[in-house]
Amino acid sequence: MENDMTNKKDNNRRKFLKLGLMSSVTAVTGASLLANLASEEELKSSGEKIRLLTPDGKVVEVDADNINNYPEAHITPAESRKGIPNRSFVMVIDLAKCKNARNCVESCQKAHKLDHHEEFMKVQLIQDNEEGSPYWFPKPCFHCDEPPCVTVCPTGATFKRDDGIVLIDNDRCIGCKFCITSCPYSARQFNWGHKAKYDDTSQPYSPETSVPAAEGTVMKCDFCPDLLREGKLPHCAKACPMGVIYFGDKNEDIVTNGEETVRFSELIKDRAGYRHLEHLGTKPNVYYLPAVNRQFPLERGFDVEEEILERYKDVPEVQEFKNQNKTEL
Amino acid sequence: MDVDIVSRKRELVKEFSPMLGKSTPFSKISIGLLVLIILIGLVAFVLQVLKGHEITGMRDNVVWGIYIINFIFFVCLSYSGAFISGILHFFKTPWKNSVSRIVEIITVLSLIIGPIFILLCIGRLDRLHYLFIYPRIQSPITWDIIAIITDLIGCFIYLYLTFIPDLAMLRDNSEGASNWRRKLYKFLAIGYQDTLTQRETLHKITRTMSAMIIVLAIVAYTVLAWIFSLTLQPGWNSTIFAPYFIIAGLYSGVGVIIISMYIIRKYFKLDHYIRKIHFIGAGIVLLVISLLFGYFTFSEYFSRWFSHKVQDINLLNTLFNKYFWEFIFANYIGVLVPIAILFFKKFRTIKSITFAAVIAVLGLWLNRYLIVVPTLETPYIPIQDTRPEFIHYSATWIEWALSFAGIAAFILFFILIMRLVPIIPMSGIIDYEREQKKHPKALTQNRKK
Ligand code: SF4
Repeated sequence: MENDMTNKKDNNRRKFLKLGLMSSVTAVTGASLLANLASEEELKSSGEKIRLLTPDGKVVEVDADNINNYPEAHITPAESRKGIPNRSFVMVIDLAKCKNARNCVESCQKAHKLDHHEEFMKVQLIQDNEEGSPYWFPKPCFHCDEPPCVTVCPTGATFKRDDGIVLIDNDRCIGCKFCITSCPYSARQFNWGHKAKYDDTSQPYSPETSVPAAEGTVMKCDFCPDLLREGKLPHCAKACPMGVIYFGDKNEDIVTNGEETVRFSELIKDRAGYRHLEHLGTKPNVYYLPAVNRQFPLERGFDVEEEILERYKDVPEVQEFKNQNKTEL
Repeated sequence: MDVDIVSRKRELVKEFSPMLGKSTPFSKISIGLLVLIILIGLVAFVLQVLKGHEITGMRDNVVWGIYIINFIFFVCLSYSGAFISGILHFFKTPWKNSVSRIVEIITVLSLIIGPIFILLCIGRLDRLHYLFIYPRIQSPITWDIIAIITDLIGCFIYLYLTFIPDLAMLRDNSEGASNWRRKLYKFLAIGYQDTLTQRETLHKITRTMSAMIIVLAIVAYTVLAWIFSLTLQPGWNSTIFAPYFIIAGLYSGVGVIIISMYIIRKYFKLDHYIRKIHFIGAGIVLLVISLLFGYFTFSEYFSRWFSHKVQDINLLNTLFNKYFWEFIFANYIGVLVPIAILFFKKFRTIKSITFAAVIAVLGLWLNRYLIVVPTLETPYIPIQDTRPEFIHYSATWIEWALSFAGIAAFILFFILIMRLVPIIPMSGIIDYEREQKKHPKALTQNRKK
């Protein structure tokens, strides 16, 4: 089984490269280059050549180093409403592999300049029923296709783009919080008070980076469109040591966790992928692979700060674990 | 006959004028107190603007607190005032004259104060105009803004129409009054001379307006309820919310009317204008509405409990554990006690009816609280957090100070309006007496002694 998996992995990667490479538009100097989303690691090893597809359909070979050398383009709030052409972004989270390592949370926090308790990606401990065993449940924004938050926003500060991403323009947001009450997944957070980091103007505000945040407005996971434009994976997907988070494009039917690249449709079919609270009709763009044949016991996730473990105190397993620890001491 | 009426008018103005200027030590103290409460509220407001919403009890999860509850409460109060007043006028209710002005004033004042509370909820007041620069008609908030503004304009026009004849009477009989008062009355009376044609036109317009007000109120109620019921939240997503809000609004509306009738009667010694029959009439209306309100409340919770979807059960668990006493007070005591008092004839005294009204109003406020807060504390995805203020909402002094300031402002403005025009419409008394001369056997509620 293990061997099978690795074989498949390699195969898939090759297939992926053959497919003309997962890509995104780097909107720099007017020209857009299609870059390999999966080749994050390859890019680092200098001197390597990489094949790229130019907008007029030619395949060119470029030194991998050069690709990252393009300066990051600033996307204004107005530009950020358009979305990346011909993309339909999707995320798949493999619950069988999650052990609450929290790298996704932390790298996201770092990139979005979030404080300790501000988490765009939350790891919840969910127990579906009394008999079922609890499992770790990383929860970003689901970027729904029928987003209730977008429907209710009175100013259009929250919007849905053509590439499926739901963003917030905090220059436009009036802070009515209606979107927060209408989101069934508690994906949104409000900036309740003033923080020094809001005044940091070293980086111009873009809804694509959600930085800097602003007092009295909402924020949430943005799927990191700034990275997608550069052909990179979102921070959480890149950071996960277990490769739990796959990210990709539904149009091309490809998702990757940085190591393994697979067909989205096959992954969902083979592994019984599902969407959380499907019955609400919000049509999320984040899919989950059920926590079967888990790679780690649940307790591996208990190895976190005291404060974080405390969050899950209502789950019986966590209570037991804590009691045991107490008696051991 | 005309001379008769002119002298009768003079008599009435003489009777009611002292009320307009009345200032006793008691009234001075109470006005001072109200101003003080409002000032404390202003301090709280300034603090909230300076420090941000952090100093309220609201956090992620419970993002709307008692501000929105006050908002629903006052706005519903206003709609029900409009509704009741419209009905009184439209159907020419015989004993309406003594209460109609009270109702109208409640309508307009609460419609001014209610929306202030929603503004307190908004994180970026400096961007309020974005609602008009970047409007999205798909959003229920936009619908609500349109409904409230339309309703506000409609109510103002309506209230003003009912004021005109009295303002004219005051203008014609204001020899003793100060200069500014005379000028004000002259300006506001817009040349109304109480001729037959003028009177008939005014009656016709008022009647049309009263019908429109009823419709406006229903629309506005519904849109307000939709702000909640169109979301996916387990405690809100309910098809009966719109009618439920109408009934709940009427419940609080009638309650507040009874309470203000009681206070005004006491304070101005208007025993022969606001009589027991008014209290009994209003009490019976309150009884009918409390039955309906209890019925709606029961249907709402019973169907949730019976079908026991996971999220509904979680919500009910929150209600029955964390909010047990509040639930009992809001949905049992707040409904059953008024029913018990009002149902039996022998309990129907002025004092007990007022008591029932007080219970009804408090219960209803709490009922609104239980609709808003526990729902937000029980989201679909369980709250896993260690910060107590993110798990459980409790309002801070800032929020309470502003809430009480709202109530104080309501009372203060009420007092000020009563100093401008008499609380009993004098023109109504004249109209009534005119009617009586034509049909001497008509009902005689408003006749003096
Ligand atoms: S809080 Fe901001 S983003 Fe959310 S609905 Fe209101 S204006 Fe829109």
